[in-house]
Amino acid sequence: MKVVLENLTKCFPSRNKKGTEVIAVNNFNFEIPDGKLIGLLGPSGCGKSTTLNLISGLETPTKGKIYFGDQDVTNLPPEERGVGLVFQNYALYPHMTVEENIIFPLQNLKGAQKMSKEAMHQKAVETAKLVQLDGLMERKPKELSGGQQQRVAIARALVKIPKVLLLDEPLSNLDARLRLQTREELRRIQRETGVTTIFVTHDQEEAMSISDLIIVMKDGVVHQIGKPQDVYDEPANLFVAQFLGTPQINVFHGEVKNEKLYIGEEDVLDVPGRKDMPVWVGIRPEGFVPDANEGRMTCQMDRVEVMGRDVSVVSTHPQMTGRSIRSIVSAENKFDPDQKTVRFNLKPYKVFLFDKESEERV
Amino acid sequence: MKKNNLKAWLYLLPAILFLGVFMVYPLIDVCFYSLEENYQSIAQTYTGVGLGNFGHVLSDPFFIQALKNTLILVAITVPVSTGISLLIALGLSSIKTLKKAFQTIYFLPYVTNTLAVGLVFMILFARTEYTDGLINALISSLGYDMVDFINGPYWAKMLVTCLYTVWIVMPFKILILTSALASVNQDYYKAAKVDGASSGRIFRKITLPMISPTVFYLVITGFIGAFKAYSDEVALFGVNLNEAGMNTIVGYVYDMLYSDKGGYPGYAAAAALILFAIVFTITYINLKFSRNKVQYM
Repeated sequence: MKVVLENLTKCFPSRNKKGTEVIAVNNFNFEIPDGKLIGLLGPSGCGKSTTLNLISGLETPTKGKIYFGDQDVTNLPPEERGVGLVFQNYALYPHMTVEENIIFPLQNLKGAQKMSKEAMHQKAVETAKLVQLDGLMERKPKELSGGQQQRVAIARALVKIPKVLLLDEPLSNLDARLRLQTREELRRIQRETGVTTIFVTHDQEEAMSISDLIIVMKDGVVHQIGKPQDVYDEPANLFVAQFLGTPQINVFHGEVKNEKLYIGEEDVLDVPGRKDMPVWVGIRPEGFVPDANEGRMTCQMDRVEVMGRDVSVVSTHPQMTGRSIRSIVSAENKFDPDQKTVRFNLKPYKVFLFDKESEERV
Repeated sequence: MKKNNLKAWLYLLPAILFLGVFMVYPLIDVCFYSLEENYQSIAQTYTGVGLGNFGHVLSDPFFIQALKNTLILVAITVPVSTGISLLIALGLSSIKTLKKAFQTIYFLPYVTNTLAVGLVFMILFARTEYTDGLINALISSLGYDMVDFINGPYWAKMLVTCLYTVWIVMPFKILILTSALASVNQDYYKAAKVDGASSGRIFRKITLPMISPTVFYLVITGFIGAFKAYSDEVALFGVNLNEAGMNTIVGYVYDMLYSDKGGYPGYAAAAALILFAIVFTITYINLKFSRNKVQYM
């Protein structure tokens, strides 16, 4: 089922006396295609959870409309929307067994949809199998590991075959190893069921690794929507460029003069067809190519961190905005630990220019 | 380890001393009294050791009346007060405006003196030479016959007693239940809503199990409290409860010791032990029953 968000806006009344409203979601427009896995990504407080709550019906929008397929669900209560929601803390009912938890949504069905006990059990077993929970049906949630609880929560959300599956920070309560495993699992379950899935995360790696599309939000405003690789390769603005990628992108004060890009005194890159203007220069860590003799950009060497396959060269530059510049280069490059400077050439497609004022990509 | 033990005992000493002198010793003493037949408090003599006191008490019509009154009181007030308190607590936790004001109002009976409340109930229910009382005025204005609630028929007196007891025990229950309801994680309700549960089902399947330890605590302490009823009856009917036919077991114990016809510590002790046996049995049954019903997270 596709999900259409039309001018979706949510304001919360202010808590202080000045009466300024907090705009959690600002004019969100997007059509989420059927059967895709969407990552809703942004720093904390950016409105991504509110967006999720709006889609689930737990919050009602101040303005705008939500459609599931062609049906306008804006004013429908959550129970009539047919969504499955997985909470950050899973919210498993602690007094019910795994099976009772999974069956709970089925028991709530009314009228023609009502199911027999046998059918519900059958359905619960099927769903448990899908998330690989078979054999744990009689346990109580507290007798399960974090990863297992997570899967019970997903099973409970999926058992009714929802039109849309919503996950709020689904992996944040798991440890690092389990997180990797579970996100593969999530991807697999989504593929097998084909349910349109939206998940919220502040972890860009998580979002990039499993999503078909990512939506990058900040302060209630959507900054960019696209395939993970496209968003990474073509960030729309400085925020998106900085938010995606580890290590972070390196940002410099720079200027375009005579179709050359200057950082400080050096012209580091030819930029044919560009207007003369001051710019922010964003360079991905993998965009640096060390060249001891011909390199056009000179940085002060700080240290070299060996990571096995790659090395990470940490250096500084007077025009940089962060604390240091991090560049990832192949381990085949040898560096003298005593050298004072390091010289790089830049890969043009790893260098992004942003307007100094608007921070939009130019 | 040993040194720590000594220290621990030292810390416990004040409490142990106090409880020993004022709780444990009297308790043991009561057991002795109950077995000493025809005990004379002045001469400190008794004629024999046996279950005679129990026999006398159990065949005393005043005790039977007190036992009947107490059981009726327990059977009515515990479920009614717990039920109404739960409804009020649910109401309080779902409103936003005036919540604090209502909470205060519902808590007022808790901080009001029992005898003062008794006086108010007298004004409401009693018929004197000067007035028929507010409730009777209401009844007659509706065209029914007036009832004397304080000196009238048994059912009327029992009704007033139950109303009084329920009213006086509710504030504490409401307070405890409101905080129990507030401590339930809101995510459970959101999850249940998204899962399509009706509000009735959310209450039965989520809320009630979540607060069941608290409800259970209130039921047990409610039973014990109701079995110990005495002061409320005094506030309503005065000290001569046997004459009013509204005595309770604790009242009977008190009468046997101190009233005009008192001075029988043996009978008092026997009655007290019978009360203990009843409360113990009821609490035991409660615990047994709750093992399958109460959810401890």
